[in-house]
Amino acid sequence: MQRFLAKRAVSSGVSLILLVIAVFFLSRLTGDPTDLYLPIDASQEARENFRALHGLDQPLIVQFFSYLGDLVRLDFGESIRRARPALEVVTEAFAWTLQLAVITMAIVSGAAITLGSLAAFNLGGIFDRIATFFSLIGASAPDFWVAIVAIVVFSVGFGWLPTSGTGTVWHWILPIAVLFIRPFGLILQVVRGSMITALGSAYVKTARAKGVGPRATIFVHALRNAMLPVLTVIGDQAAALLNGAVVVETIFGFPGIGKLMIDSILQRDFSVVLASIMVTAFAIFLMNILIDLAYAALDPRIRY
Amino acid sequence: MSDTHTTVAAARKDPGEPGPLRTFLKLLRADKPATCAAIFLGLVILCALFGPMLLEAVSSKQNLRGRNAVPFLFGQDWTMWLGGDQLGRPLLARIIVAASNTMAIATGAVAASLLIGSSLGLVAGYSRGRLGQMIPRLADVIMSFPSLLLAVIVLYMLEPSVGNIVLVLAITRIPVYLRTTRAEVLEIRERMFVQAAIVMGASTPRIIFRHILPVILPTLVTIATLDFAFVMLAESSLSFLGIGIQPPEVTWGLMVAQGRPYLTSAWWLSFWPGLAIILTTLSLNLLSNWMRIALDPTQRWRLETGGKKNG
Repeated sequence: MQRFLAKRAVSSGVSLILLVIAVFFLSRLTGDPTDLYLPIDASQEARENFRALHGLDQPLIVQFFSYLGDLVRLDFGESIRRARPALEVVTEAFAWTLQLAVITMAIVSGAAITLGSLAAFNLGGIFDRIATFFSLIGASAPDFWVAIVAIVVFSVGFGWLPTSGTGTVWHWILPIAVLFIRPFGLILQVVRGSMITALGSAYVKTARAKGVGPRATIFVHALRNAMLPVLTVIGDQAAALLNGAVVVETIFGFPGIGKLMIDSILQRDFSVVLASIMVTAFAIFLMNILIDLAYAALDPRIRY
Repeated sequence: MSDTHTTVAAARKDPGEPGPLRTFLKLLRADKPATCAAIFLGLVILCALFGPMLLEAVSSKQNLRGRNAVPFLFGQDWTMWLGGDQLGRPLLARIIVAASNTMAIATGAVAASLLIGSSLGLVAGYSRGRLGQMIPRLADVIMSFPSLLLAVIVLYMLEPSVGNIVLVLAITRIPVYLRTTRAEVLEIRERMFVQAAIVMGASTPRIIFRHILPVILPTLVTIATLDFAFVMLAESSLSFLGIGIQPPEVTWGLMVAQGRPYLTSAWWLSFWPGLAIILTTLSLNLLSNWMRIALDPTQRWRLETGGKKNG
């Protein structure tokens, strides 16, 4: 177990270091933050002071190594825009996205597993066809388009839901609904396929033969075995949810990590960009570990 | 197992058997949704190829009196049937012209990632040395981070030109092909016909390209079709966020973005291009589903016997 964890940590760590190096140098190519933060007629002296304050007067390679040195002490630098520690800004935003992602994935997993199992159980029936059709549409819909159509219909047309921002429960409904669609379609397909295989297997026939009812057969016997491939997709989709979060958070003005990342790139707030990349990558690493642990819990044959 | 099937089938082939194209069309007709999808995609490809040539001038001609013109006024010129945009340009004509950029970027990205990914996968799967160990790590590095976020970050830093967008999208999709190809090669190279070819003294390139590649190709084509849909959605998202294609060039995603400020007064500006995206991706998904069955010799009977029981 410990060896497995260590191996995973090393390989993720190497990926992350490469990413941080690439982004560090690429982001410096976008331009000097000084031009963005100081007025056009700022004096030469003011510019020099600004650069010295944020360490931008040093050669690039020196900046890089001093950044690495700070990282070792878990100092992620300071946000130029907000004049606060970058890590603080990022964790705040990340907490919003995490809530959004956890709620969405919980609803998606519950719905997709239930409906996918039911579809597999009445294979070829009317319910199966409807479920398959909607999951295909869901997997094909561009999220930004769904988001703005939803705003037109539910916020502008009916006036039921707020268009953007946070504050009440109502603000969460549209972002969650939009994020729900794509993973729901994909996971449902996998649950359905995996359940079809499981339902055709010998242990399910045994269960039926010894008189276990249909509901217990699906949800106790077949589902547990069918869950392994489903877990993989749920993991992939949970990570991919961050892709959707960029678009959805931008449209709904949601203060999460996706919006923060885009804003901070535009504002040349380099330390925030780098910190948000590292926090995101770390979260994905943790999630993958959890998925692997869940594998072992579901299938006693798997041991690390 | 399946290679013995193919030899038997080849031996039985009599002169009266229809050619590959006829068989292909027959298999396609057995699956109605896939037929509709193929026809729609054919239409989109025609638009992409000939649209800019025929409609470029019409689609960029501004007409300030026709600003945000209402759709479904069939009395006018046909290009205005879906309404006009914020500068009075005909939406239908613009959608047809935009098909060209949208398709070109997706085709470029899919072709590049397919070529690079599967070549690396072949090498990684076939070579038993260090290289075979190193290449999969490359896929891990790319996959350790959400692909769209990566594209967003890189595109903000590079110039958002067509070439860069294709490059970024291709890089984020390479792992898909690399992993699939490698996994398949690892399995296939142990099979009897590969061993036989080695014993008979076939060169390594010959074994890879003549013996192994043909077996993997159907899987790769199926994945590429599905991936085309994904890349199209990603490109649309990038254009929507304003870091994809820049005006005056136009793609469907950019059209949705351009219509966004007028949502409350003129919904059709964003609605139609979005519908074009959704129909194209849906068609690709349907076609990929059909391919998965049609290109697999052990599954093909499902289509040949009427296609009622495709589970």
